[in-house]
Amino acid sequence: MIELIESYYAYWMCFLLLTVGLYGMLFKENLLKKVIGLSIFQASIILFFIIVAFKDGSTVPIYDASFSERGPLGYINPLPHALMLTAIVVGVATVGVALALLLRIHKAFGTIDESTLWKDLRK
Amino acid sequence: MIGEHLPIIVILTYCLAALLMPVAGLLHRKAPSILALIAGGGALVFSLMTLWKTLTEGAFSYSVGAWPPPVGIELIADPLSAFFLVVITLISTLVLFHAHFSDGAESGQQSISYYACVMLMLGGFSGIIGTADLFNLFVFLELSALAGYGLLGTGSGRAAHSAFRYLILGTVGASFYLFGLGFLYAETGSLNMGDLALILDATGMQTTARIAFVFIIIGISLKMALLPLHQWLPDVYTDAPAMSTALVAPIGTKVAVYALIRLMYDVFPSGPGDWAFPVHSILAFAGAAGIIWGSVMAIPQTNLKRMLAYSSVAQIGYIALGIGLATPFGYIGAVLHVFNHAIMKACLFLFSARLEKTGLGIRIDKLTPATRLRLPVSTACFVLAAISMIGLPPTAGFFSKWYLILGSYESGNWFYVVIILASSLLNAVYFFRIIERVYLGDTDEGSPKPVRVRLTRRNLALVTLALSILVAGLFNVWIVKSLIEPMVPAF
Repeated sequence: MIELIESYYAYWMCFLLLTVGLYGMLFKENLLKKVIGLSIFQASIILFFIIVAFKDGSTVPIYDASFSERGPLGYINPLPHALMLTAIVVGVATVGVALALLLRIHKAFGTIDESTLWKDLRK
Repeated sequence: MIGEHLPIIVILTYCLAALLMPVAGLLHRKAPSILALIAGGGALVFSLMTLWKTLTEGAFSYSVGAWPPPVGIELIADPLSAFFLVVITLISTLVLFHAHFSDGAESGQQSISYYACVMLMLGGFSGIIGTADLFNLFVFLELSALAGYGLLGTGSGRAAHSAFRYLILGTVGASFYLFGLGFLYAETGSLNMGDLALILDATGMQTTARIAFVFIIIGISLKMALLPLHQWLPDVYTDAPAMSTALVAPIGTKVAVYALIRLMYDVFPSGPGDWAFPVHSILAFAGAAGIIWGSVMAIPQTNLKRMLAYSSVAQIGYIALGIGLATPFGYIGAVLHVFNHAIMKACLFLFSARLEKTGLGIRIDKLTPATRLRLPVSTACFVLAAISMIGLPPTAGFFSKWYLILGSYESGNWFYVVIILASSLLNAVYFFRIIERVYLGDTDEGSPKPVRVRLTRRNLALVTLALSILVAGLFNVWIVKSLIEPMVPAF
């Protein structure tokens, strides 16, 4: 058990972050905190991809004669990084749209607190 | 010449139109909606060409930037994707046609961003259908979803709040999909669908791949509003502006259905030994529960749009049931129901859009024979679509349910036959409530003079949709034989 935690500690931290984000999105009353939770949630998934790509003792995938004798093992996998660049852009756009919607909600109801909002909506 | 580029041309048509939208907005107040209509029509023509090419010459693929798969991104056009592409482009073009002629009355700036969002959303939808790369699918999923949040969140503050809740849940869904993709990539080292299918077939489903599958399927189920994950749908469809709902409701959940079919049958191996748990049965059961829950919840609603939204949950249940049955008839029923339900829902929601636009309101208790006298053609179309939803022959709705019943029978699940028949009765309860109000209600207190029944441009789209319900019903054998049967996988 200890070994399982020790050898995969980066993954455990990543899953912990995922849970924190999910908790914020689902249980926070303040809508802005939900957006923050959403950001954390997305960041944890981005980190997950980065951890997957990592290899012990390897370097950035730029060809260098001093690393070339190790072959592909000398370099980390660049594809997840490239994917996550796109995912970061998607995440930024999502947060942008969420904040725009929050502005509209605040304009219409004067609050961004979920429980107060529901009282207004039930009327 | 143009033929081999068809898979990407449909996507590019929408994206180009989205880019040109601000320019069009400068020219004339009506120009954005005309441009949207032209792009929609163009995409429809291109997707019909794609369908024709796949049926005559077989499936073909397109390598973006001439990088061969699995290194590069691949787009595929096979009978399944071409069929869905035609459904999406056809329905969206008809709804855009309706939007153009029913006088949107939006100010210039608003309609630029509105139609740009429409084009981006449709581009995302066609991208999801066209792509053969799982990460690319995520990007298109989010592109269409983000544009969709914008469309559904315009209008009232209530709409913004519902769209915000949809955004939170939709992002959870998309992130779950991405998370599963990470597991899958760690296990196989590939993102190309065809390549993945080969690798998973060779290695079998290991634990990592199973975890990946669960996350991916949960994410997609959230996007398609399968029963326990449907909470966002009724609020969003009720509060959004009528035209946005009419545009998103018929096709928005269908692209997620496409992704589900593609993943379950073409990417992940579907042999019984590959699974530690009965994936297909769970899906079918969730679908069946959705059918009953959606239908029961639709009955007491007082808001027409909310009633239709709950009925959407039920209809997604039919489709999930058909996919989960994992028999040829169930598969045919599911795909046919995607097409039929898209037509019916577009018709029903366009009627609610007409009601909102004419100021009659969408409360069910406000519907009287006066509604029918004010909007004779639209009401007739609504009733035809409602009859098809209940599933009376010869309307289209009957035949997809028929195939689903055959599929349940084929797999020996009598339970699902009972569910489908019972849900038809429930559908009859909530639709006849409206039909009764509109046709048999009291006509006193100074009802307006009947409007002469005329076919105007304003209701042309509705009439086309209503007629195509009948046409799709009468020609269902042709649709099944020549369009759907080529895509049915070996079971």
